[in-house]
Amino acid sequence: MKTRRDFIKISALGTAGIAVAASSFSYAKGSGLFAKDATQSLDDSDLQRTPTYCEVCFWKCAGWTYTNSTNEIVKILGNDEDPHCNGRLCPRGTGGVGMYHDKDRLKTPLIRVKKEDGKSTFREASWDEAFDFVAANMKKVGAEYGPESIALFNHGSSGHHMGHLLQAFGSSNIVAPSYAQCRGPREVGFGATFGAEIGSPEPTDIRDTKCMVLIGSHIGENMHNGQVQEMSMAIDNGATIITVDPRFSTAASKSKFWLPIKPATDLALLLAWIHVIINEELYDKKYVERYTYGFDLLKKHVENMTPEWAYGITTIKPDVIRKTAREMGNASPSVIVHPGRHATWYGDDTQRSRAIAILNALLGSWGRRGGFYFKEALHVPHYPTPAYPKPKWSWKEAMNGKYPMAGLSVSNSLIDASIPSDDNKYQIHAWIVSGTNLPLTMPDKSTLKKAMDALDFMVVVDTMPMEITGYADVVLPECTYLERFDDLRVEPHRVPSIAVRMPAAKPKYDSMPSWWIAKKIADKLDLGHYFPWNDYSEVVEWQLKELGTSLEEMKTLGVKKFDRESGALYMREGEDFEFSTNTGKVELYSTELAKHGFDPMPIYTAHPEPPSGFYRLIYGRAPMHTFSRTANNPNLTDLMHENAVWINPKVAKLWSIKKDQYVWLKNQDEQVSTFPVKVRVTERIRWDSVYMVHGFGHSNKNLKTAFGHGASDSEMITNVMIDPIMGGTGMRGNFITFITEDPGKEAKL
Amino acid sequence: MKEEIFVSGRNIPNVDPFLHIWHWQIPLYLFLGGLAAGIMFFASLYTILGKEKEMPTTIKWATFLVPVALVLGLFALFLDLKHQWYFWRLYLTIRLESPMSWGAWVLMLITPLSMMWVSSYIKELFPKWDWKFEILNKFEKLIIEYRKPLAWVLLILSVILGIYTGILLSAFNARPLWNTAILGPLFLVSGLSTGAAAIMWMSKSHFERSFMSKVDLILIGIELFFIIHLFMGFMASTAVQINAAELFLGGQFTVSFWVFVVILGLVFPAILEILELRGYKIPVAIPALLILFGGLMFRFIMVEAGQITRYLY
Amino acid sequence: MRYAMAIDTKKCVGCSDCVVACQTENNVPHGYCRDWVVEVMDGTYPSLELEIRSERCNHCDNSPCVRCCPTGASHYEMGGIVTVTHNECIGCGACIESCPYDARYSHPDGYVDKCTFCLHRVEKGEKPACVSVCPTNCMYFGDLDDPGSDVSVALKNRKHKTLAPEAGTNPHIFYLI
Repeated sequence: MKTRRDFIKISALGTAGIAVAASSFSYAKGSGLFAKDATQSLDDSDLQRTPTYCEVCFWKCAGWTYTNSTNEIVKILGNDEDPHCNGRLCPRGTGGVGMYHDKDRLKTPLIRVKKEDGKSTFREASWDEAFDFVAANMKKVGAEYGPESIALFNHGSSGHHMGHLLQAFGSSNIVAPSYAQCRGPREVGFGATFGAEIGSPEPTDIRDTKCMVLIGSHIGENMHNGQVQEMSMAIDNGATIITVDPRFSTAASKSKFWLPIKPATDLALLLAWIHVIINEELYDKKYVERYTYGFDLLKKHVENMTPEWAYGITTIKPDVIRKTAREMGNASPSVIVHPGRHATWYGDDTQRSRAIAILNALLGSWGRRGGFYFKEALHVPHYPTPAYPKPKWSWKEAMNGKYPMAGLSVSNSLIDASIPSDDNKYQIHAWIVSGTNLPLTMPDKSTLKKAMDALDFMVVVDTMPMEITGYADVVLPECTYLERFDDLRVEPHRVPSIAVRMPAAKPKYDSMPSWWIAKKIADKLDLGHYFPWNDYSEVVEWQLKELGTSLEEMKTLGVKKFDRESGALYMREGEDFEFSTNTGKVELYSTELAKHGFDPMPIYTAHPEPPSGFYRLIYGRAPMHTFSRTANNPNLTDLMHENAVWINPKVAKLWSIKKDQYVWLKNQDEQVSTFPVKVRVTERIRWDSVYMVHGFGHSNKNLKTAFGHGASDSEMITNVMIDPIMGGTGMRGNFITFITEDPGKEAKL
Repeated sequence: MKEEIFVSGRNIPNVDPFLHIWHWQIPLYLFLGGLAAGIMFFASLYTILGKEKEMPTTIKWATFLVPVALVLGLFALFLDLKHQWYFWRLYLTIRLESPMSWGAWVLMLITPLSMMWVSSYIKELFPKWDWKFEILNKFEKLIIEYRKPLAWVLLILSVILGIYTGILLSAFNARPLWNTAILGPLFLVSGLSTGAAAIMWMSKSHFERSFMSKVDLILIGIELFFIIHLFMGFMASTAVQINAAELFLGGQFTVSFWVFVVILGLVFPAILEILELRGYKIPVAIPALLILFGGLMFRFIMVEAGQITRYLY
Repeated sequence: MRYAMAIDTKKCVGCSDCVVACQTENNVPHGYCRDWVVEVMDGTYPSLELEIRSERCNHCDNSPCVRCCPTGASHYEMGGIVTVTHNECIGCGACIESCPYDARYSHPDGYVDKCTFCLHRVEKGEKPACVSVCPTNCMYFGDLDDPGSDVSVALKNRKHKTLAPEAGTNPHIFYLI
């Protein structure tokens, strides 16, 4: 199919002869010289729709994929019945068609070979050859070091299939970077307080809240669909939004109060708020008395943490601190102090999440309308497969006693475990990586490189030639979510629901679904009995039958909601409630943290500040991208093709840097950015910081659209502050300076 | 600080960051159309005034340029169209509110009529010319007989041709530089001036040359007057017009406009023509060429600058 | 019947879903867009204000683009929606020059194109693609002549403005401020 880009190249030239030629084309393909105009817009009656749920981010909105008469995917719309999206997808979901049409997709399996000059390259291989290669290597590593020495790094639906394979093989070392690089701290912080993690999607009752407090959270740029939709509903209802952010984010622009806080001082503000709320008796007295443990200890703890004390640290005026605390108190219990999502900032993030959880507990918002509801997920029976062999050790042991409260595996810990050393008793020797682009995801690239170099073997399963594929021994091309069956979506929400994913088109090129990839590898490993079906639709059909429906019905519905079984959405007034903590109550004083030797109540610690001439690197999201995953998507690069570094006008003047100029970045450890980045001179960022959207600066030339556009913020993150409680990698302790002349660095492949 | 940016990556070819839809084809046509209008105007005027003997070039020889200029101009317009093979749609309707529609029809009329005018003088230029068909000979006789009425028709059409392009541009209220009532008369006078310059250049008679030269001087005077009032009008108007005028009063078009269009294209040739009339010997090609060049540059600059001016962003 | 759109700038987050949805619904070629999002920021840190607007053709009452079209390709449809009949358009570009909002573009196929308020959907009683997809639900589309329509209610209850009203075209996209 001739692409629209070719047309643009021709007609944009505007020279005489070529213009005539291009127009002749249009005459030839026009709807007829005399015909009544037919617009080229879609007429839905000519289209077929297939149910799916989105894989562009992890909100997993259910939708419909529309295909035309030639079986091309043309658009994706939301499913009206889906509580995640209410019939409206976000720009990434709508732009999912770009993932399908992307010309740079991985097309065939690739195997690494060494050329005569010693350099490595990839050669195309057949699936069978690739599977033989993977199976042979897995057997070898498994025999030599034990099956546990193979780890799976994953993010997304493919992880379930590859994880099933790995567990059948004998390893439970499965990790997603989204824990230790993202939401881990809040899970542990809230878990220690309420005995329940936040999880995903967050059970925040934003649509009914009277007051929402965002600590660094940038809903609106963070495009988690349900959160943005509900924030809009809250605005309609006149809810107060309080945003604490050194940057004037979109959310800050819609807030009644924007607290332009000095970076790294949020914990002081939170503690001062706790102080005010306790001392001015703004807390929910009945709730605190009935459900919490440690109130008096907390009151003593925050005795001296006054707004005046916090003012000196945060630069937020004391009267503003008091005013906002009162605003929260007045709204109680319909108030949400948002747990945030990406919480790995400075290494004391579990404690900051604890402070947020404590605030929520004082305001009585947990389990209350307008605060946090009790979510429920449907219990879906597992397709019967044989029991997994018991691994001799897992990631828990590999942590060597560190991070005692990590609830899920810690990616950086497994990366460390892949580096051979004398005191590494549990070494990882091989990786399967699926759906996560580790070089752009992980901070501290040098450790990652060391680990990858030490590996015996690495398999990468991906849809695009992301940077991680450049380090693989075998690359297996997965087809996009639009072209395959997958598990039922069973995310928790106010009402339990399922969503089905069915292929809308045949996989393009020679890509295949990961359920097929896992099954075929299993066959080669004599583990085929763990995959006792021929097509994954059989599994889905079986599960649906168990739930009282069928694939045929779900094809027309897409989403099915069920009745709650676990109880009411909120706590009833005066209800007795047992929390899953050591004391059975909401722990303002955390006995679990005390047990492990950590501060049972958060204490403010100052974090290093940028040296002179350097600025703190703050990073975040743009609503039209999902980090590096979408940087090559043609529909989404139309919206945003590169990121920019936000610089305060005072700083720009100091450096004589002008808007739209390109600069290179250098951090405190002499790391220089591979690519230059465009400058945005804006008042929206503090003079001591700079801001960039994460996910750009791709260095793999095979990503023809994304290569070289923008700069990678994660390249600048070399100083990692590890949270001792759960291993989270705090990444906001990096400072950058500007280089205006080309430092002459070559892009690494 | 005020910041206004596109968040959705908009960068439409030829529209962002500045509008640039019309390229060289349009100013070239405007020039050729103005030139044709000018020549035809004088030809018909002096035919009506009965000056055939004194001004042969004006009435006969210069008019040979007219169909050539019109056809070249039309071809340039055709090239500018982006949906070319639908051009005939122009002639299925006449839209009174669209100056471009007037222009399409005027060109449709004036081109064959000017060819007819020229054809009636061909035998004077090429005595051995043979029409080959009897009907054409009859037609030629008809034209010669009805020359005065034809001249009236062509007089009116050439005024419309000369002025409508200015009106067309001035009807775009979205382009502040063009949106002034003075543009129509300015284009007309400029067109007449280029026509007079061409006639002056082609003429073999001293009387005709000095006559057209005097006419041209008056036209240049009027044109300068209009230009000054154009800018006075802008500077006394709204912010968008002031912004538009500033492109010429310190902005990127200052030098090219005042040097090429005003000084080289109007003032200097006028001085040369005055000197000529005073008795100094100046090759007629110089002022004529400068006036033609000035006219062409004027249209190029107006079309490019006008697209840059805007209301928002 | 007079169609119009009201867009709530207080809820819009600038996600540009309206742009992608329009692109997939209307086959808009890459590199072109029928609607776009503008962000206007004013002030000095930390006294700042932000307005985010989703813009498109304003389907004006007094459209210069319809007036100046020499073939009549640019015309009014039902409810005042301004569209271009592709095979009547000669690609002269006059309408692009005449639009104060830079809402039109020259399609690679030769004709001039722009937002059509998704006429093909409106004819079937649906809303335009951008309005239907907006995750913040900040866009309202409907008949101004119907006092009960979303748009009429929104305009009655909220302060609103149009863009460049001084251009005199009487635009019908209203921004709730």
